[in-house]
Amino acid sequence: MSDAADVHTAHVPLATRRSTTGIPTARLAVWWVLASEIVIFGGLIGSYVMLRLHHPHWAEEAAHTNTIAGAFNTFVLLTSSLAAVLAHQAAEARDGRRAARFLGGTILGGLVFLVVKGFEWSHEIAHGFTIFRDVFWSYYYVACGLHGLHVIAGMIIMAIVAADARRGRNLHRVELIGIYWHFVDAVWIFLFPLFYIAK
Amino acid sequence: MSMPATAHEVTAVHALESVWSRYVFSTDHKVIGLQYLFTGMAMALLGGFMAYVFRMQLAFPDQVVPLYGLVTAREYNALVTNHGSIMIFWVAMPVLIAGFGNFLIPLMIGCDDMVFPRLNRLSYQIFFVSAVIILISLVVPGGGFGGAWTAYPPLSASAQYNHTPWGAPLWLLAVALEFVAFLLGGINFTVTVMNARAPGMTAMRIPIVVWMIVIASLVFMASVGPLVAGAVMLLLDQTVGTRFYDPTAGGDPLLWQHLFWFFGHPEVYVVLLPATGIVAEIITVFARKKLFAYKTILGTSIATGIISFFVWAHHQFVAGIDPRMAHLFTITTLLISIPIAEMLFAFIATLYGGSIELATPMLWALAFIAEFLIGGVTGIFLGANATDIYLHDTYFVVAHFHYTFFPIGIIATFAAVTYWFPKMFGRRMNETLGKLHFWGTIIPFNLIFIPLFLTGAAGQHRRIYSYENFPQLSTPWLNQLAVLATLALIVMFVFQAVFLVNFFWSMRRGEKVGANPWNANTLEWSAPSPPPHGNFAAMPTVYRGPYEYGVPDRELDYWPQHVAS
Ligand code: HEM
Ligand SMILES: [Cu+2]
Repeated sequence: MSDAADVHTAHVPLATRRSTTGIPTARLAVWWVLASEIVIFGGLIGSYVMLRLHHPHWAEEAAHTNTIAGAFNTFVLLTSSLAAVLAHQAAEARDGRRAARFLGGTILGGLVFLVVKGFEWSHEIAHGFTIFRDVFWSYYYVACGLHGLHVIAGMIIMAIVAADARRGRNLHRVELIGIYWHFVDAVWIFLFPLFYIAK
Repeated sequence: MSMPATAHEVTAVHALESVWSRYVFSTDHKVIGLQYLFTGMAMALLGGFMAYVFRMQLAFPDQVVPLYGLVTAREYNALVTNHGSIMIFWVAMPVLIAGFGNFLIPLMIGCDDMVFPRLNRLSYQIFFVSAVIILISLVVPGGGFGGAWTAYPPLSASAQYNHTPWGAPLWLLAVALEFVAFLLGGINFTVTVMNARAPGMTAMRIPIVVWMIVIASLVFMASVGPLVAGAVMLLLDQTVGTRFYDPTAGGDPLLWQHLFWFFGHPEVYVVLLPATGIVAEIITVFARKKLFAYKTILGTSIATGIISFFVWAHHQFVAGIDPRMAHLFTITTLLISIPIAEMLFAFIATLYGGSIELATPMLWALAFIAEFLIGGVTGIFLGANATDIYLHDTYFVVAHFHYTFFPIGIIATFAAVTYWFPKMFGRRMNETLGKLHFWGTIIPFNLIFIPLFLTGAAGQHRRIYSYENFPQLSTPWLNQLAVLATLALIVMFVFQAVFLVNFFWSMRRGEKVGANPWNANTLEWSAPSPPPHGNFAAMPTVYRGPYEYGVPDRELDYWPQHVAS
């Protein structure tokens, strides 16, 4: 039996399957999401750089960040991005289980990153380098915090994608979450020198 | 009394469910478009009521305002602030971009929905929550935020200064959520236009209003990011106690001005472009002529969008910027008037020699061109740093931006509503009531804001709640102008009742019309009125551009895009 209301709710739009440009719709959307994220981080990083130029003494504050921990975390993030690429490769070969395993590796990388960050923060806060100490530290916590939230969001979405991929569903999403993860990586590549190296 | 559920009850439950899924939780782009439209209209009434209250205070200081009561200084600031925020973020944007964007884009490019229908619904829901939060922010302890819609720190950064411990953070939260909703919506619009076009709908055959909504979405996406970052910092200043904007701690209040206006000026074009797009669609239909210089209009809108990123510091001429910078921004500001002027000239060229029919939508479209011109010309005075230093923050500014925003937010909306009403509801609005409402709005509008040009040029400063406290700023003549503006405002509001009656009466009782009552070319008129979920019986194919009116050697004076020959 199909009454009017059922037809109404059962409507699945054709629009979602069209592709006038030839580029998959979901991939276009991810690129636009990243474009708008770039300007958000751009505003934060840009204003930090401008203020930093006016406040040379921030260099002394930056000396208190832990360069070794930061470098280690950079290494961890880059490795996790590699795992995301391998996951994409596996998804292309339609091997969902393998893709899910590699995504698991990426999630692990994110976890290690956050744990290291957690140790850094608690150590810094314990030594009085809190968000109130100076505008340098405000920027440090806000920029790294916003980045950290992106890491957490990425891990959650990746877990969902991996669970799907394991069952062979929505394999194209493996590539999309990978693109997002590379972006999170790229943001860190800016934050690391700005807050850890430029002393 | 317990009885087994009757067939009747079952149907009732079913009907109830479908009301919810059809009108509240629908993923249909047209329903979502109307939700935005209705929400925007309700918020416009609220924003308008606020204008009434504070204008009454200005005309009749410290007297009881009917329907409101006494206005304190703090309430006055909160009213002005929230009037501005509501009109821009909860009226102009949702109605012009989200409302008409949603309603029109899939219909005009020939597909059945947005590419992400559920994301679309989510974006409305987030927007709705943001509207609820801004309403709540008005009634919390301490009252609504009163730091102006520009929210400059240090006033906005600490409850110690603004005395609104809840109002300020809630205001900021509401604005931030609204941004999220429009970011999601903008991505959806852009991808839909890129990927879901009907066969034959090439880039140069897309109706200009669709192009303009896409360009506006891109401008919004590119300009709002830095402000999102800035808003996070401001929210932390307000709540946690960081001091990003506090110079005594190494922060910088001017940073906020840069981040705000880097967004705030392009925002004007974010709402302006869809409004001009609407006007372009209407004048070509009612002049029965091809839109003059389609490609040039397209090029100038893109140019406007780009230049709008390089003018922001014209809002900071008095903020102590380097004079060389001020010159630079004067030049870019004057530059942006070139593409805008070109666009208006193209409209006038379209009208020239046309067989013009003065139906209500056309009246609104023509009024848009005339009134916006005044806004544009007075903008030159403010864009030039030398004159702005005198005029800054006077009522001249208020009159200027209302001569731009009122055409954008109100006149273009009425043009669009009266023009697409038959598509929305399958019925036509009443012409007599429409014209009555038109004149009842346009005449008072000019009577409100021409006086404000004069009071501003006389040096009357804005954001002052009672000029009685500042005798040097007030004379009997200026007071009379304030009374005139306020009375005109009341007249204008009374005439809005005509619109509401016309709208809701015509929705049910208006004259029934066919699919294409205006004999227009664009694809939305080939769908039934109102279009069902899914829009078209069969997906259309597009054969030509959208503005083939009065083509020589054709029997009919229009040539719809989907008709093969
Ligand atoms: C019903 C007609 C309207 C009247 C009578 C009106 C009147 C006013 C007045 C008197 C002010 C205060 C100026 C000051 O003290 O600084 C104001 C502010 C403002 N209005 Fe309107 N307005 C109207 C419609 C609109 C519309 C349609 C928009 C935009 C779409 C708008 C946007 C603004 C903005 C952005 C501000 C600045 C608020 C601030 O300084 O924080 N207004 N309006
Ligand atoms: Cu501006």
